[in-house]
Amino acid sequence: MIRKVLALPLFWPCTTLALLIVLNAAANPGFLALAWRDGHLYGNLIDILNRAAPLALVAAGMTLVIAARGLDISVGAVVAIAAATGALCVSATGSLGLAIVAALAVALLCGLWNGLLVVVAGMQPIIATLILMVAGRGVAQLITSGQIITIYYAPYDFIGNGFLFGLPFAAVLAVVVIVLLHALLTTTPLGLFIRAIGINPLAARIAGVRARPITLCLYGFCGLMAGLAGLIISSNVKSADANNAGTLLELDAILAVTLGGTALTGGRFSLAGTAIGALIIQTLTATIYSLGVPPEVNLVFKAALIFVVMLLQSAEFRASIRGLATRSPDPAT
Amino acid sequence: MLLQARGIVHAYAGKRALDGVDFTLRAGEVHALMGQNGAGKSTLIKVLTGAAPLQAGQISLAGRSIRPTSTQDAQRLGISTVYQEVNLCGNLSVAENIFAGRQPLRRWTRGGGIDWRGLNQRARTLLAGLDVEVDVRRELASLPVAVQQMVAIARAIDISARVLVLDEPTSSLDSDEVEKLFSAMKRLRDSGMAILFVTHFLDQVYAVSDRITVLRNGRLVGEYPATALDHAALVAAMVGRNSSREAAIANVTPGADTRDQPPVLSTRNLARRGSVSSVNLEIRPGEILGLAGLLGSGRTEVARLLFGLDRADAGEIRVSGQPVSLGDPAQAIAHHLAFCPEERKTEGIVEDLSIRDNIVLTLQARMGLWRKLKASERIELTDRLARLLDIRAASLDVPIGELSGGNQQKCLIARALATNPRLLILDEPTRGIDVAGKQEIMNQLTQLAAQGMALLFISAEVEELLRVATRIVVMRDRRQAGSLPGGSTEEQVYALIAAPAEAVQAGAP
Amino acid sequence: MSSIALAGFDRRLVPLTATLLLFFAMVGFGAAAYDGFFAPQVFLNLAIDNAFLLIAAVGMTFVILTGGIDLSVGSVLAFTTMAAAALIEHAHLSPWLVMPLLLAAGAAFGALQGFLIHQYRLQPFIVTLAGMFVARGLCYLIDTESIPVRDPVFVALAEMRIPLGGSSLSSGAAVALVTVAAALWLAHATRFGRTVYAIGGNARSAALMGLPVGATLMRVYAMSGFCAALAGLTMTVYMLSGYSLHAVGLELDAIAAVVIGGTLLTGGVGYIAGTVVGVLILGIIQTLVIFNGTLSSWWTRIVVGILLFLFCVAQRLIEGSTEKRR
Repeated sequence: MIRKVLALPLFWPCTTLALLIVLNAAANPGFLALAWRDGHLYGNLIDILNRAAPLALVAAGMTLVIAARGLDISVGAVVAIAAATGALCVSATGSLGLAIVAALAVALLCGLWNGLLVVVAGMQPIIATLILMVAGRGVAQLITSGQIITIYYAPYDFIGNGFLFGLPFAAVLAVVVIVLLHALLTTTPLGLFIRAIGINPLAARIAGVRARPITLCLYGFCGLMAGLAGLIISSNVKSADANNAGTLLELDAILAVTLGGTALTGGRFSLAGTAIGALIIQTLTATIYSLGVPPEVNLVFKAALIFVVMLLQSAEFRASIRGLATRSPDPAT
Repeated sequence: MLLQARGIVHAYAGKRALDGVDFTLRAGEVHALMGQNGAGKSTLIKVLTGAAPLQAGQISLAGRSIRPTSTQDAQRLGISTVYQEVNLCGNLSVAENIFAGRQPLRRWTRGGGIDWRGLNQRARTLLAGLDVEVDVRRELASLPVAVQQMVAIARAIDISARVLVLDEPTSSLDSDEVEKLFSAMKRLRDSGMAILFVTHFLDQVYAVSDRITVLRNGRLVGEYPATALDHAALVAAMVGRNSSREAAIANVTPGADTRDQPPVLSTRNLARRGSVSSVNLEIRPGEILGLAGLLGSGRTEVARLLFGLDRADAGEIRVSGQPVSLGDPAQAIAHHLAFCPEERKTEGIVEDLSIRDNIVLTLQARMGLWRKLKASERIELTDRLARLLDIRAASLDVPIGELSGGNQQKCLIARALATNPRLLILDEPTRGIDVAGKQEIMNQLTQLAAQGMALLFISAEVEELLRVATRIVVMRDRRQAGSLPGGSTEEQVYALIAAPAEAVQAGAP
Repeated sequence: MSSIALAGFDRRLVPLTATLLLFFAMVGFGAAAYDGFFAPQVFLNLAIDNAFLLIAAVGMTFVILTGGIDLSVGSVLAFTTMAAAALIEHAHLSPWLVMPLLLAAGAAFGALQGFLIHQYRLQPFIVTLAGMFVARGLCYLIDTESIPVRDPVFVALAEMRIPLGGSSLSSGAAVALVTVAAALWLAHATRFGRTVYAIGGNARSAALMGLPVGATLMRVYAMSGFCAALAGLTMTVYMLSGYSLHAVGLELDAIAAVVIGGTLLTGGVGYIAGTVVGVLILGIIQTLVIFNGTLSSWWTRIVVGILLFLFCVAQRLIEGSTEKRR
């Protein structure tokens, strides 16, 4: 019975999250407190939901790309580009709708660019997306002319700071997007195709799966998610900082994906796991703050988490714990 | 007696792959190890060469008891292995590959570091001993597989000049290259080396071996001098019954009606630069068209063109009379073509997906993104196909990677059949499958043809083709060499395969 | 087998050739477009200003040659600057003790990463990502503010000028050149270096051939860590300070230099010389931007991105044009 529970794919992510929350609540009694103020829920947990939303969106896009044996390390740069575009649009035209469309369109283009490099030019994903990661911030700086654009526009403010049904709008948006995405993946054969592409891209193609267009779209979607996150983030801080927006976001996204149980080598994936992974990362950050530890230590904790998850995902490590394989794996066997 | 093994037992997951096997290898002989798939050949090799632990029994080399714990250990003791896929580093030069890890060093007084000149010179000498002349500074990957294999052998014998194990060395070689390999083996044998040779090509065994050891179901059947054991007796020992493998399969002759039907697929002057030129084929419903030829003659290239894996530069393909452009497998599938690729593991199965998912994959891909196969239909379809092809598995929901090679092949055929194709292309469907499994698949193919499906059957084993094909097209050097009717003899086919270029008539399908 | 003469060039040299051509083209362009560009000091300044990048990129080259990647380089560099500054200025330890200590620490850190990667079959990307977090986090733990370095030894090293022709090199540049020389020797004249290439070509074959894959991988990452630490010491001298925000993104620059230098990210093909040219190209881009005067500095990022793109596409074209042999 215990074996079965342990084997559930979401077991470890949920347990980690639960442990973190318990730790937090133990150290900080007011942590779990929820209040209703100004027409919405208020509390530490709500903050976590809000902050985790952009990360969850980016990580969701990243999940599918990784499942198809790809990787996108440019999402941070795309966030900056989208934020810059959105902010510029709002300042220039005063139209929220236009700003949203422009930001998302630019982000989608960035994603498709990555996809073209991987699918058409056949580049390795890490190097293909490295190009945009390197050049992207330069492009974002170009858009903002090197300035930090402040956004004085109430409707824009709603994206990152508003509330819907008492919950943060950003979080609601993230949940809706992820739920719709999950529905799409299960009611259509898209989920099956992505898994096939991730496990054996060549066999999938020979079997008739249109691997190339699908992969291209996945990268486009990943970019789109980054664009959405860019809108939320820039709205949250009321500004677009081309240099710092979305820094380390790609790493957090990959961490969220890994924590959620998606295999980095492609194939099996879990959107729910990724969402929980995003919550774990955000809760971790909150925990650090509440424990009074310097925020920089956050990085060390994230590193520790990565190590633990990585090791657990490694078959060799699990085997060595069970005491079976004590010598170096001999590749001839 | 150089290498002697007694009472070798190896069990894994409760199953005994080797059950008390004895084996003897003498210096100055070529000793063939024969047996069907699952007989225990590869396990015995692994135990002898340190790739698998010795669980019970003894191994002695030149009288001394040994217990190799790794392939490196075995190498140090004097046992070197050359595998089927050349396990060298293609990006290094020929000479470097031979001496990797043991490069000669210059003395400190002369600057230390690797002695490149000496390394190259010694490599040249070694290869000359195998009658191979090649620029040793060349990148290994730029040379043909046959040469790469010689380099692997040169490395193996230089490291340890006592026991050389060759594991299926001829699978990627054409007959010229096989001859070269055999003469090199004989030269080595004459200089005192003990060679253990594993192959499933029966003719090759007799061409080069002095003695033959046969395993069956993990047990030793016997050890015989090659001259004392004829073809039939060898097969009987391997298979364990008196009936020879020449089990009767009725030759399929097309019924009178199919002759008049339009071809399912036809090509005219189909060509692709660097691939094949001027292919003219016609395949009618109910026909099994065999495609014969040596490795590298263009057989798989033809299949790839017909299935859209490669795009043709010239010529045309017509499906049911209509010209089509095939640039992607998805397009071919849309035209009701189906394909079972040669490399099951890398091009065929999607390992972690379940058997059911693997079988419906192509059908689902053809149905597109917006129409999903209903769960009940999926189960019904996969159950039916599994019964039809006799796929043996604990359940159809386990990952396909857990099945044996033969069953995986059947799943791939099931995947193709699920789309109800008009033409089924099979590239080496029986490779690496034992005699019984081959039989089953061949029977299936003839039944499918009898039901009106057109089949293109590619195989390196001419004898197999002759048993089921209605016609055989022979490829040679990337061109069509000619075609023969199904009732032809092996000699006739081989004549076409080997005929000099001038004797080729304009390829009439 | 018939004699196969050496037909045509060795295609492994093609990427390096392309890089060299690009380098000369840029130099030519600069010399033609801007006065004073083609002065010796301009080029020596390239070495001086990019010494730490060169050292780190050399270490990175070995890692990438094995088909891996090391994302922790920038963070280890920064940590070294912080630790050096803290140990020397706050703990008052002798620089002659601190420097070897930190070099050993860098190597040990790298070796640990290499061990995890090989022993547990983990992906280098994610292991060194974690390493990057750890090292950067430790930086912040030491201090979030920058620590100025006033130790006389370091100051002397900073001011040291080694005359070369009519111009001069800094101590950092000299260290970089020595590192390059050592790397060249390691890559082409030692068994270790050749094993690195073998692993990059086909790790499985390398293991079957009996090459010490695990030990070599550990050494390769240890080297990268050592180079990162050495680059850190060089930067401490150059900036005369330790700061947690040093070298953010340096690993990307190092990777860019290695790729532009002609090394394939898949491993097995590439040359140290190429990395040197790659670093020089990155430096020249920066120099060109400065000489231009009107372009903002972020154009450097865009140009580097474009170059990366062109080189990667070219690499793909070269790989794609080779026929598979049976």
